[in-house]
Amino acid sequence: MELLRYILRRTVLSAFVVVGVTFLVFVVAQVVPSDPAALYAGPRPTAEQIEKARQELNLDAPLPARFATFATAMASGDFGISYKSRRLIAQDLRAYLPATLELAVFSTGLALLIGIPLGVVAAARQGRWPDRIGSFGSIAAVAMPTFFLAMILQLVFAQWLGVLPLSGRLSREISISAPLPMVTGFNMIDALLAGRLDAFGDAFAHLILPALTLASYPAGVAMRLTRSAMIEILERRHVVAARALGLSEPRILFGHALPNAMGPALTVIGLSFAYALTGAVLVEIIFAWPGLGRYVSEAILAKDFPVIAAVTMVVTICYVVMNLLIDIAQALVDPRVALS
Amino acid sequence: MKKLVQRLGWPGTIALAVVVLFAAAAILAPWIAPYPAQGAGAPNVAAKLQPPSAAYWLGTDHLGRDILSRILYATRVSLTNGVLIVAFSLLIGLPVGLAAGYFGGWIDEALMRGTDVFLAFPALLLAVLMAAALGPGFLNSIIAVAVTWWPWYARLARAEVLVLRGQPYVEAARLAGVSHPRIIVRHILPATGRPLTVQAALDVGPALLTAAALSFLGLGVLPPTADWGQMVDAGRKFFPARWWYSAMPGMTIFLVALAFSVLGDALRDRKGGAARASA
Amino acid sequence: MPLLDVRNLSVSIPTPDGDVHAVRSVSLQIERGEIHGVIGESGCGKTMTGMATLGLVPKGARIAADRFHFDGEDLGANAARLRGRRIGLISQDPAAALNPVLSIARQLDDVIRTHRDMPRQARRAEAASLLAATGLPDPERVLKSYPHQLSGGMQQRVVIAQALATGADFLIADEPTTALDVSVGAQVLALLRRLVTERGLTVLMITHDMDVIAEACDRATVLYAGRSVETGPVGAVLRSPGHPYTRALLSALPDAAPHGARLAAIDGSIPPPRSAITGCAFAPRCPQAMAVCSAAVPPERGRDTHRWLCHLPEDAA
Repeated sequence: MELLRYILRRTVLSAFVVVGVTFLVFVVAQVVPSDPAALYAGPRPTAEQIEKARQELNLDAPLPARFATFATAMASGDFGISYKSRRLIAQDLRAYLPATLELAVFSTGLALLIGIPLGVVAAARQGRWPDRIGSFGSIAAVAMPTFFLAMILQLVFAQWLGVLPLSGRLSREISISAPLPMVTGFNMIDALLAGRLDAFGDAFAHLILPALTLASYPAGVAMRLTRSAMIEILERRHVVAARALGLSEPRILFGHALPNAMGPALTVIGLSFAYALTGAVLVEIIFAWPGLGRYVSEAILAKDFPVIAAVTMVVTICYVVMNLLIDIAQALVDPRVALS
Repeated sequence: MKKLVQRLGWPGTIALAVVVLFAAAAILAPWIAPYPAQGAGAPNVAAKLQPPSAAYWLGTDHLGRDILSRILYATRVSLTNGVLIVAFSLLIGLPVGLAAGYFGGWIDEALMRGTDVFLAFPALLLAVLMAAALGPGFLNSIIAVAVTWWPWYARLARAEVLVLRGQPYVEAARLAGVSHPRIIVRHILPATGRPLTVQAALDVGPALLTAAALSFLGLGVLPPTADWGQMVDAGRKFFPARWWYSAMPGMTIFLVALAFSVLGDALRDRKGGAARASA
Repeated sequence: MPLLDVRNLSVSIPTPDGDVHAVRSVSLQIERGEIHGVIGESGCGKTMTGMATLGLVPKGARIAADRFHFDGEDLGANAARLRGRRIGLISQDPAAALNPVLSIARQLDDVIRTHRDMPRQARRAEAASLLAATGLPDPERVLKSYPHQLSGGMQQRVVIAQALATGADFLIADEPTTALDVSVGAQVLALLRRLVTERGLTVLMITHDMDVIAEACDRATVLYAGRSVETGPVGAVLRSPGHPYTRALLSALPDAAPHGARLAAIDGSIPPPRSAITGCAFAPRCPQAMAVCSAAVPPERGRDTHRWLCHLPEDAA
């Protein structure tokens, strides 16, 4: 019962936040700029283009009416037209979203795969050098500018070592000569579905560096959370009992202690996904990854304002929904959450 | 000196030294830069895109300007960025949090829902949107980031105020008939101000990082003003062949952010340690 | 040769504020097939003695002894090898001793596969039979359950089954009944006695409860402030205690007081664990203390297997 009330409460709150977000985007997009029409009229607009934009935006109408128009347009997916691609922004979004999602999902998985075992080892060797190195590593991971890490990885692995590709999602040979049928938009999944192992390997090789870049900060967080949870758990009586019963240290660490530390993992998933969505803006530029991030950054350079507003809107709403789902998942896993 | 090491530990003290060094570099840039004119933007096309050498310690950029000088001049911009972002955010966040925590009730609800909306955005996207709406420029990029930063301070301030509001001496002042503003200024503000200022000082690092990301995207200061993020972006065209152009400013950003991070950790540990010792 | 032979065991733990003397000087001998009780109040070092035998002392703790042997082997060097193979632990507070997120089947299976090489089906059958041996009526249901779904008594039986699964012949039972109701505790003690006879086990029973000593143990050792002060057959220790502390403990029992009279309590408190002690540790609280008691370590008194440390002559009871 408490659980249902909690879910209801959080959903209503999220709905309210979505309205608030729409309003804030509206304010920033149409109220803040000194001349919104000039902004919406595209790069280097002529006087008549600006006039046209002024009429479309209906700048003389009262604010509530304009907001209503704005909100209805957003709700129906009518984001306008991109000046650069000359397509409906909604179309562009649909084209670029899977690439960014693929990055976000993969980097989240990487973050957990790297961070959690490192956290376990750091807790088991607390105070000794693996722990100190790990601690420093996680501090460095947090302080490292995303775009800088991306460039370093590119430099080391693509340029100096030549092991991995420099940029893009698929190498030219594959995307041009033997293109993949698009099913989900996730290249790795599509490659498997089509039974194309060469494409799978190629997609993976292209995915690794950008995903690693986006995974570094969440991996650092995951490591710290796992470490502190494990340190507390390793003192518990059932761990001492397991030792007394002669179980081997690795089995105790990973089979007995770690399952108790999984709660924080749920938080890291949310954080990692969110971080990947924002970090993608920077990473996609550097790796020429055709996703929403690069779409936005090119819109910035091209002064394609409607695109920026639309992407902000869409990504934020995804954010809100995702946080809501994670809150609900946490309440399901730990009933105490619903009581707070 | 020994007391400092005792309080912060060796990593913390080194981090503090780095931060102080960068502040000094910011102030003294025109005097310590090897090529001050180039640092300020004057081109030197004859020496363009040179690797690090005795003449140009960190190499030169696409206009032949000494990168070391550019980085030093950019320190002024970046550190000012970080400090102003934090200051603006405090200016907005502190009153909001104070009001919400002190008055409670519907004021609290309304203000907190407001901060929720701001916090619902992925910070960088909102900053980008704001910066795009305002246009490029030094002050605009600061406002853009401050808009995403202030809710954290509001929340922090509110939490501190909630604790203080229950204190006996505040109760006593109310009962004695002291007016709200007086109580806030004389009792609440000083106590809240201290932890918030410490937090703000440490936040200069992350604020700096966000500002650098904005410049990297092209939304910060305009050339020829030197700026770390903008330099990294400009060097991208020549990466990885002429790696020094992006790598040097990038490394600088990393070092400064790292120093703040380590310093923050050291201060937090010290506070935690003090709490443990008295327990 | 006694199975466990301990003479003058000491365990000290260095801390920033000085060494904590968890165990100052403990001596006891346990023969095969015996249930030996170690009794004392909180902080007397009884649990730490058990942990030292398993080699599970806190990091940095120093263990020293004149002799510390298990079945002839030196425990200082071999504790890790003997732990779980020859020496098993039945932990205090079974609810805490079981992992809350793993099923009972998994927790038993892990122990079995560490010590025996059996295919999965055989291990499952072994787990079920161990649970049955501890008196659980529906082993299959228990195997599928998680610890929080079982009662305290059932949890304790599972913990005992785990100890049996190691194949150890020497079990350390750390306060096995403290967390349980009296009647359930009595059942557990009966179970332990039965297992000792059926499987030829030896048990070191750590407790603060005299009733447990009386009901289940063959011999007992009394600990005070990290020192073993009296040891002997349970009958002798309970009926004609030699050491003033043992006598005070027995007379402080609620049952010992005549109906309606005030309960006898022992004045004073145990010495702090960081301080050094000269002479007899109990002297400050002993009703029969003499000047020499605080000055010199008391000599051993007593006859046959019933001995205690005291300056008072033997017949001064």
